[in-house]
Parts: sequence; structure tokens; C-alpha cells
Amino acid sequence: MGTLDPVVLFFLLGIVAGVARSELRLPPAVYEFVSLILLLAIGMKGGVQLATQPLGALLFDSLLVILMGLLLPLLAFPLLRIGGLPRADAASLAAHYGSVSVGTFAVALSYLLEVGLEHEPFLPLFVVLLEVPAIFVGIMLARGGNGRTRWGELSREVLLGKSVVLLLGGLLIGWIAGPAGLAGIDGLFFDLFKGVLAIFLLEMGLIASRHLDGALRHGPFLLAWGVLAPPVMAVIGLGFATLMGLSTGGAVLLGTLAASASYIAAPAAIRSAVPEANPALSLTASLAITFPFNIFLGIPLYHWMANHWLGG
Amino acid sequence: MTMHVRKLLTVVTEAGLERRLVEDLRQLGARGWTITDARGQGHRGKRALDWEYEGNIRLEVVCEESLAERLASYFREHYYQDYAMILFMQDVEVLRPEKF
Repeated sequence: MGTLDPVVLFFLLGIVAGVARSELRLPPAVYEFVSLILLLAIGMKGGVQLATQPLGALLFDSLLVILMGLLLPLLAFPLLRIGGLPRADAASLAAHYGSVSVGTFAVALSYLLEVGLEHEPFLPLFVVLLEVPAIFVGIMLARGGNGRTRWGELSREVLLGKSVVLLLGGLLIGWIAGPAGLAGIDGLFFDLFKGVLAIFLLEMGLIASRHLDGALRHGPFLLAWGVLAPPVMAVIGLGFATLMGLSTGGAVLLGTLAASASYIAAPAAIRSAVPEANPALSLTASLAITFPFNIFLGIPLYHWMANHWLGG
Repeated sequence: MTMHVRKLLTVVTEAGLERRLVEDLRQLGARGWTITDARGQGHRGKRALDWEYEGNIRLEVVCEESLAERLASYFREHYYQDYAMILFMQDVEVLRPEKF
């Protein structure tokens, strides 16, 4: 198991401050700003390195990643139905867990830096590819083939969401500019990455603390789901990483992506497309249970699994 | 100074619905409206403003009574079942009736 990355202690501080009803509050604009920097930085970092690589081989891996994005919610849905959840709620949770959390990905990047593991440069592209498919699968599972869904408007909403635009935009900017071109702005985006991530995690802790009572109120099934589903999904992610022949660092990132649950793109899309699903249920599970689980225990665990199985 | 009576329709609902409501207002023929961020507590739970999709908005429309009623029944039919929404109406007096 790896070392504890100090940035996750900021999340802990946020949780403790929130639970203790401290006066500490970050202005919403600060949260918006730090998440914007994280998304652009992750995109640009991938883009810069992509500029030095042949892109042909990436196509096959990209298709595999999209396949994984479709598969995860399809596997989650029947399990959630067996757990006794109504159709709409099961579909909503399946969409959240099939989609990804960029915040968790950022913590995994920081973890890899901490333990000194390299990873393939195209992983940020996978974040974009994994964010969207599960949401559409979830909506189709909820509808079960009937009812009307305004697919056009919904696609626009999902594909032009903040995270997709900033990640893809960052990738393109990094790719076009290359390492030399970014020399003037890398101070803000790369040197400050961990500091910005720390502030982001502080706010995430404050937000999660407000959902903790919900995590207990929704009963043992949701708690168990939030803790047990991520490692199982990580195993699937590691399986796909093996198929692609990723390095240990790349495998840890893909495992983490598979294990993470969306708390920005999926809630918004599901709220508008599947309004009968209880939004508190999915948000509580992904934000108050799975996100903390992944950043404290999950990522080191996926590292350990990758080491053992991929012989890294 | 002559004042003219119009209806003020106030809707308090989830921030995520804003775009759809604005679209509805256009379709149903409202000529102007005001939207503000709001927070509070109701039977669907506390609504804090600091998380993008948990925030509330307050939508205000001043219009003829007939339009206010059309809007109210449209919103009730389309959103009451699945979304957190309340609405109420009151008489207000305006200076320039042609605006509303």
C-alpha cells in the first residue's frame, strides 16, 4: 500500500469543519474557479504529452474505454434492482457509478506523483470518454423502452457540460501549443496543481459533510453499495487496463475511473431526464460514501491490486 | 396617477429547471420575467445555494390574469409530480399596463 497523500487531509478538514458546524464556508465562485483550473490542467497535461505520440493506436483503446462505460451501468443496474431499489433509482445510481468523477481522478494523479509512478498521457482523454456513455445507458434503463426522452436537448446538455468542454478544450490547447508553448502558463496550471487540488478537496469535504446524515438515513444497502461497488468496478477497470497493456500507473488511473462515481454531470442530466428518481439517493452515495472511500482507501487499494495482478 | 391591476405569479423551484421554465414562458407568451437565486426549506428538504444542482430559484412574472392562470396550470401539470415547486399569485398594480 502507498503513502497517504497530504491533499486528502484537506478533505478530512472539510468534513470535520462541516460536521462541527464551523463558520468555514468557501464562496461558490472559489469552488467554481478551482474546479476550472483542475479540469483545464488535467486536459492540458494530457494534450501536451499527446502531441509527442502517434494517435493511431489510441483509437482501439478509446473504443474499449467507451465499451467499459456502457458495460458498467449495465452490470450495476440488475444488482441494484436485486437490492430492492425502484427502477428509476436503480437506473440513476447505475448512471452515476458508470460515469466518472474528475475530482477522484485528480486525487489519483496526485497519488501517482506522490509514489513516483508514471502513466500514459492519454488517460485524461479517457475521463471524457467515460463521462458520457453511462448517463445515456442509465436514462434508457430508467425508461425501459417507453416514455419520451428529449434526446436532442439532453445530448447538448451532457456533451456541452462544463467538465467535457474544459477537459477537451484543455487537451486541444495542450496538443496545439506543445510543451514549449505552455511555458508561460504552466506555473498556474501545473506547479500549483496540488495546492489547487487541496482547496478543491476542502470544499468537497464541506459539501460531503452536509450529506452524511443522508448516508445513514438511506440505510445499510446504500452504504454497502457505496463501499463495495467501487472495488468491484475497479477490478473491471484493471481488466480493461490489461487488455490495453497499460503501465501500472495507467492501470491505477483506469481502475480509479471505473470505481469513481459522478457527482456533477450525472446528477444534472438524470434530474432532468429521469425526474422520478430520488436525486438525494444517488448524490449521497457518490458524494458522501464513494468519493471519501476512493480517496482514502480505494486508490491505494487499486494500486495494490494493479501491482499484484499486473506484476508491476 | 392611474394604476392598473395585473397578476404577479411567483414560482419557487429547483435551479436546474431554469432553462426549461424560460422556454415554457416564451412558448406560452409571457413578455418578461425576473429570476433570482433563492434558498430555504420546505417539505422536500433544505435547499442550500452552494451546490450547483441543489440551489433554488424564484421566478416572478407580472402579466394578465388569464396568462398567469395558463402558466400556473401548465407548471402544475408538467412539474409538480417530480420536482420541488411551489407557486402563488397575487394582485399587483402597475403603471404601464401595455408592458405586461
